[in-house]
Amino acid sequence: MKKLIKIGWRTLRSPSGYYSLGFLVLGGFIAGIIFWGGFNTALEVTNTEEFCISCHEMENNVYEELKTTIHFTNRSGVRATCPDCHVPHKWTDKIARKMQASKEVWGTIFGTIDTREKFLAHRKTLAQNEWTRLKANDSLECRNCHNFDYMDFTEQSERASQQHSDSLATGEKTCIDCHKGIAHQLPDMEGVEGW
Amino acid sequence: MKKQLVFILLAFSLFSLVSVAADNEVATLRDQTKIEDQKKPEIIPKVINKDIKRKRNYPMQPPVIPHTIRNYEVNINNNKCMTCHGRQRTEESQAPMVSVTHFMNRDGNFLAEISPRRYFCNQCHVTQLDAKPLIENEFVDMHSLMKKRNSAEK
Repeated sequence: MKKLIKIGWRTLRSPSGYYSLGFLVLGGFIAGIIFWGGFNTALEVTNTEEFCISCHEMENNVYEELKTTIHFTNRSGVRATCPDCHVPHKWTDKIARKMQASKEVWGTIFGTIDTREKFLAHRKTLAQNEWTRLKANDSLECRNCHNFDYMDFTEQSERASQQHSDSLATGEKTCIDCHKGIAHQLPDMEGVEGW
Repeated sequence: MKKQLVFILLAFSLFSLVSVAADNEVATLRDQTKIEDQKKPEIIPKVINKDIKRKRNYPMQPPVIPHTIRNYEVNINNNKCMTCHGRQRTEESQAPMVSVTHFMNRDGNFLAEISPRRYFCNQCHVTQLDAKPLIENEFVDMHSLMKKRNSAEK
């Protein structure tokens, strides 16, 4: 036993003394592909709507609410799934968000919002998390689809085009400042700016 | 003899009932489509979204909403309409403020906030659809009536 550990340690310390360089390079390359690919595949699995609504907290509350909105069904059939709005697309931001989401795993295990009542009690905090995030990144997840440069103001209603060319164009406001509650129902908005 | 008469009367009334039911002229949403058929759904008209104020048909008419209100929440938590039409919000939104009558309670006292009995905007204020009226509207407002009478008197 002791001998086995010793051999193992020696191999780890100087693998090139025991294996050929070609084997190590090639083996490392292949192992890299497998681990990195596996990691990213697993990451992408958690980035699907099916994964999100596999928890009843998501399926029975927020997903049901999304169904009634224009982001779920509309004339052109382009729709937003959960990760489109709730997970950043850029890799580093995505990993940061995923690390944050480990708290959501904790929530699932201990049933923080496992009834409608508990969910409603937490709704304001949850909503505020998302508003803060979108405010901080200038509504990046909105802009992944809604590109300001390609917005045709003549196609918008007069009121909309005016507000978009005033507040949005100057950067004074960002999407989420006005468009709260477009995909899910709102919490009690007491004390929220603009309400 | 009497029994026979009663029977005939009964049969006759039953028959007339059946015939009435057969050519039922009551307009329903199904438009007398046979029960086994599926009626072709009507095209859903679009909500008028021009932001242009409409004339009121009589002075007390609640003004109609000239924009879409899809997914606007008016419930125990929020009143989306008030984020533009509320007193504190009108400077920024340039939307018309809710009328002062909305601050009055039923005894005519003014409250600081919208009175609970006026909270649910859609009870009185509605959007307009880009659709042909189902029946002709023969409403004539008081102003036109008076105008007509005055010109007749002259």
